[in-house]
Amino acid sequence: MNLLSQLFKNFRFSVLPVPGRVIAVVFFVVLFLVPLITVDRYILLVFIFTNIFVIFAVSWDVLSGYTGLVNFGHALFFGVGAYSSALLYKYLGLQPWATIPLGAVAATLIGVVTCWPALKLRGPYLSLLTLSFPLMLYGIVYAFPNVTGGPYGVWGIPVLSESRVTEYYVVLMVMTVSVLIMWKLTDAGSKYVRTGLLFHAIREDEIAARASGINTIRYKILAFAIGGLFAGIAGGLYAHVQRIAAPETLTMTMSFQAIIWVIFGGIVSVYGPVAGAYTLFPLLEFLRGVVGKYNYLIMAVVVILVLLFMPQGIAVWIRDKIERECPRCKLANAAWRKECRACSASLR
Amino acid sequence: MVKLAIVQMVVYGSVYALLALGLSLIFGVGRLINMAHTAFFVVAAYIMYFFTRQLGWGPAESIALTVVGTALLGALVYRFLLDRVRQHAQAVLLITVALAMAFQELLYIGFGSFYLSIDPLISGSIVILGVIVPKQYLLVIAAVAVALIILWLLLSRTKLGISIRGVANDPEIANILGINVQRTLLVTMAMATGLAAVAAVLVAPIWILYPPMWMHTLTIILVVVVLGGLGSIKGSIIGAYIIALVEQVVLVSPISPNLVDTFVLLAMVIVLVVRPGGLFGIIMEEERL
Repeated sequence: MNLLSQLFKNFRFSVLPVPGRVIAVVFFVVLFLVPLITVDRYILLVFIFTNIFVIFAVSWDVLSGYTGLVNFGHALFFGVGAYSSALLYKYLGLQPWATIPLGAVAATLIGVVTCWPALKLRGPYLSLLTLSFPLMLYGIVYAFPNVTGGPYGVWGIPVLSESRVTEYYVVLMVMTVSVLIMWKLTDAGSKYVRTGLLFHAIREDEIAARASGINTIRYKILAFAIGGLFAGIAGGLYAHVQRIAAPETLTMTMSFQAIIWVIFGGIVSVYGPVAGAYTLFPLLEFLRGVVGKYNYLIMAVVVILVLLFMPQGIAVWIRDKIERECPRCKLANAAWRKECRACSASLR
Repeated sequence: MVKLAIVQMVVYGSVYALLALGLSLIFGVGRLINMAHTAFFVVAAYIMYFFTRQLGWGPAESIALTVVGTALLGALVYRFLLDRVRQHAQAVLLITVALAMAFQELLYIGFGSFYLSIDPLISGSIVILGVIVPKQYLLVIAAVAVALIILWLLLSRTKLGISIRGVANDPEIANILGINVQRTLLVTMAMATGLAAVAAVLVAPIWILYPPMWMHTLTIILVVVVLGGLGSIKGSIIGAYIIALVEQVVLVSPISPNLVDTFVLLAMVIVLVVRPGGLFGIIMEEERL
């Protein structure tokens, strides 16, 4: 009872007065109600893929946006998650509830291993080094077709559930929990978890962070592990929804899709990648139905135009329109308020 | 077999060098990673196809128009897209990726998804040391050498070259000393895309053209540039031949040809682990305010 009233109090005083948070809450409530509105298999499938890609995009943002270790090869973790899930089913006969976590663990281990050369490098060198890893694995997948199926991939793996609605809710729950965990891990103002603050410190000034007694190497490895874990979960889900682990999960296109969603939405924020993936992926699918083969062209033009006029990303641009930070107490306020809701400093 | 591989290595290395130079130039001068560089290359190859095959023009005017047109396209892209977001590194990256995708889709719409090829600029072949070498290969090597010498003279002997090197060194100081940084970057971008167009004109007859080929070429070129050190012209040229050598060694050896890219990338990883700044690059110090 006490907890409930606490929760209500938080909602009443920290969520309702800030339009951005209201939008986020409404958005998630609507997501949970989608199957009540439509049970069309195609529409639900688009939502399922979007939710998977949201996990993928947010994990890229946690690894690269927050710590500044710009990873061009995030598809590595996605592909490792997909392939290890599929191979665990093919050779050990494990079911999705076991293969997806184990695939995520494999992706985490790969993340920790790849950071050994990556930790020595900086800036564009790091980006281009990480770009190379999924492409190397892509070559290996093609070179051993009797294990990995070569260009055809590992097919015939089981679906999460026969019913599309159950599948939708499983993926949605995994997405919500993953995003919540990553949001908490990267929350710079948290009293309980230090990682958010430390990731920001590493990005802004690594030498100063090290001089303050922070073992930055350990936190960089942690960032790679978190990025690998959640991208691996996304990859495993993707393989089980598609019923195939194909080499397309390892291509440069896959890596850049995540980057496009994050930067389009707004880098170094959790709502940015969510907004980016939820704008661009359904838009692409919608355009496929309306204009056919021109959909990629239109999407590329949309990305270019949005970045020209709001280089910070669309979610950050909208947030700056509807919210204003109090100059005295740094609390978020609705943009139409005249004075701060906590300290009543003038916002004009 | 081995002799042929050596010839192939020299030809591919020269093409990679020409492409990598453009990418390295625009990175070194403007700190812009232009992911659309090889997309310009593919576009130029298709323009060449359009002029020679569909309009039936002669080679000289096609080449001239292709190179000038692509350089102009590069300048326009810089002026209207990249210049506005120059300060946001991620936005530059993303805009150039989106641009490459847009070019690819435009080529799909304009030319369809067929594999295309162009007649060689000069036909016939000669025998060197028992290997039959098409004359087009020799033309590629000679043209790349000429292009490199012209670029070197341009950078070291002209006023434009001085301003380009000045901006590469320190854009703010160059600006204070009266160099128009924006215009210098515009010219550099036009030069870089012009070099890509020269490469396209040369290899269009020996490679098969298809719209998504920019992606694989981009991987190779990025590897070359990183291997040699970002922004270093000498490094790009040497890196290009190293990568071409690795490719041909894997192709000659009994290893599966699917692993060519894996070994090329492995070579880059090894170089980066041993020398974190590439072969001739400067290890970037932390930029502090």
